[in-house]
Amino acid sequence: MLNIFCPICQRDCDETELSCGGQAHLIRRDHASSDKDFYEYLYERKNDKGIIFERWRHVYGCGKWFHTARCTLTNQVFGSYSAKEVQPPKSILATIRRSRVDFKGWVK
Amino acid sequence: MKRYSLSSIFTEAFRDNLGWEKAWTKRQPKKEYQIIIVGGGGHGLATAYYLAKNFNITDIAVIEKGWIGGGNTGRNTTIIRSNYLQESSIGIYEKSRFLYETLSQDLNYNIMFSPRGVLMLCQTEHELRAMKRTSHANRISGVDTKMVTPEKVKELVPIININGPRFPVLGALWQPRGGTARHDAVAWGYARKCSDFGIDIIEQCEVIGVKKKREKILGVETTKGNIKAKKVCFVAAGHSSVLADLAGFRLPIESVALQALVSEPIKPIIDCVVMANTVHGYLSQSDKGELVIGGGADGYNNYSQRGSFLHIEETVRALVETFPVISRLRQLRQWGGIVDMTGDRSPIISKTPVDGLYINCGWGTGGFKAIPGSGWATAEMIYNEQPGKLASPFSIDRFSEGRLIDESAAAAVAH
Repeated sequence: MLNIFCPICQRDCDETELSCGGQAHLIRRDHASSDKDFYEYLYERKNDKGIIFERWRHVYGCGKWFHTARCTLTNQVFGSYSAKEVQPPKSILATIRRSRVDFKGWVK
Repeated sequence: MKRYSLSSIFTEAFRDNLGWEKAWTKRQPKKEYQIIIVGGGGHGLATAYYLAKNFNITDIAVIEKGWIGGGNTGRNTTIIRSNYLQESSIGIYEKSRFLYETLSQDLNYNIMFSPRGVLMLCQTEHELRAMKRTSHANRISGVDTKMVTPEKVKELVPIININGPRFPVLGALWQPRGGTARHDAVAWGYARKCSDFGIDIIEQCEVIGVKKKREKILGVETTKGNIKAKKVCFVAAGHSSVLADLAGFRLPIESVALQALVSEPIKPIIDCVVMANTVHGYLSQSDKGELVIGGGADGYNNYSQRGSFLHIEETVRALVETFPVISRLRQLRQWGGIVDMTGDRSPIISKTPVDGLYINCGWGTGGFKAIPGSGWATAEMIYNEQPGKLASPFSIDRFSEGRLIDESAAAAVAH
């Protein structure tokens, strides 16, 4: 069972309290964008094997969205941060680097 | 290759079974091939097999990172059915089910295809209507399915509880020629026949890079050296995105863990496959007597090949309500596989942005049933350098063009 910190409630939550919203930091497209951009926004995902940044929602708690860094191979969770951030904060990247020396950083 | 037959069993019985050959030869890669198939699971091997059988091409390497039958081909719940809603899906899945009927004879390998019937329960009014629609679609396309009453369900599956209370059985979609097959045997049978055709099966060889020049494929870099090829096809299921990343493009795919479990072996209590989509669980009994149980996929991307325990609990809880008799059974084994989910829950058999590079992926939670048909269609696409009638609806373009093949309503559960 995953155990993820909710930065709004300021406490750890079980996986059953949460719902995953997929890849974080997607650029939202609207009707004025090109077909290619809209396709990328709707369907194309990084789907990395390793560190990912994803959206979670505390459905059976505060109901708010937040972002989490997690490794998809080991399911290790590196911490959560506000959904208002447009890219992963330095503190999270530093936490990841401490346990993964080969981590190359966040790619858009 | 020596044929397996009644006389070969007799002969071997009288000489301590010393004359059996290895089913397939383990090879080291050559410098160059006409075609490289990356991924030695059912779909990859079937692709190689139909390239050889239908198009007479045998200068092929099938590269496998682990071992043959060690991926999703050996990790599923072995269900075979073709009761889909959309015409394009019916086309490829019914082709596949049809090929399964005679696959043991074609491969000279007993894949233990058992058309014991697949029963898809309707446990809400909405599901009943959706299944009726599916049964009409099936009839128009010539797939043998029909709706049956709750009483008929009880007759087919005496251990079922059709009265609810939470989810009473309101009817079911019955496909009498659906069923199960021995999953490992499908992989081994294809591997044996491929090896017999002279196709190189290279195990323990991981692709770590893609060689291309001006968006034209030149070959692959592997842990056993560089291999050149005119055409390459990725058939790597859950790891398709990782390979696509090496080739420099992204796929409309997300990988999640899907798990299954078996109970301790018991005497025969159920002789068909039952799928309960509303409560997320499906059940059949293997020839060894174990109840084979599958459920929902994890709700988040991962490559862990384990799956979370809460999904086992959810699945088993739902099944105990429908089959009270199984409540005291113990779990014998549990395992997970990484499935490649597309947005519309339909597969991708397509050309890619790289010339000469093809891809077969996105089978999600239901790839096993499609192995022969998928191999057939992919082989046709690789040979003709464009998808044929079976494969063309499943190109990657369908997402940007908005012609999705929406099967998520028809198969809301892993299957």
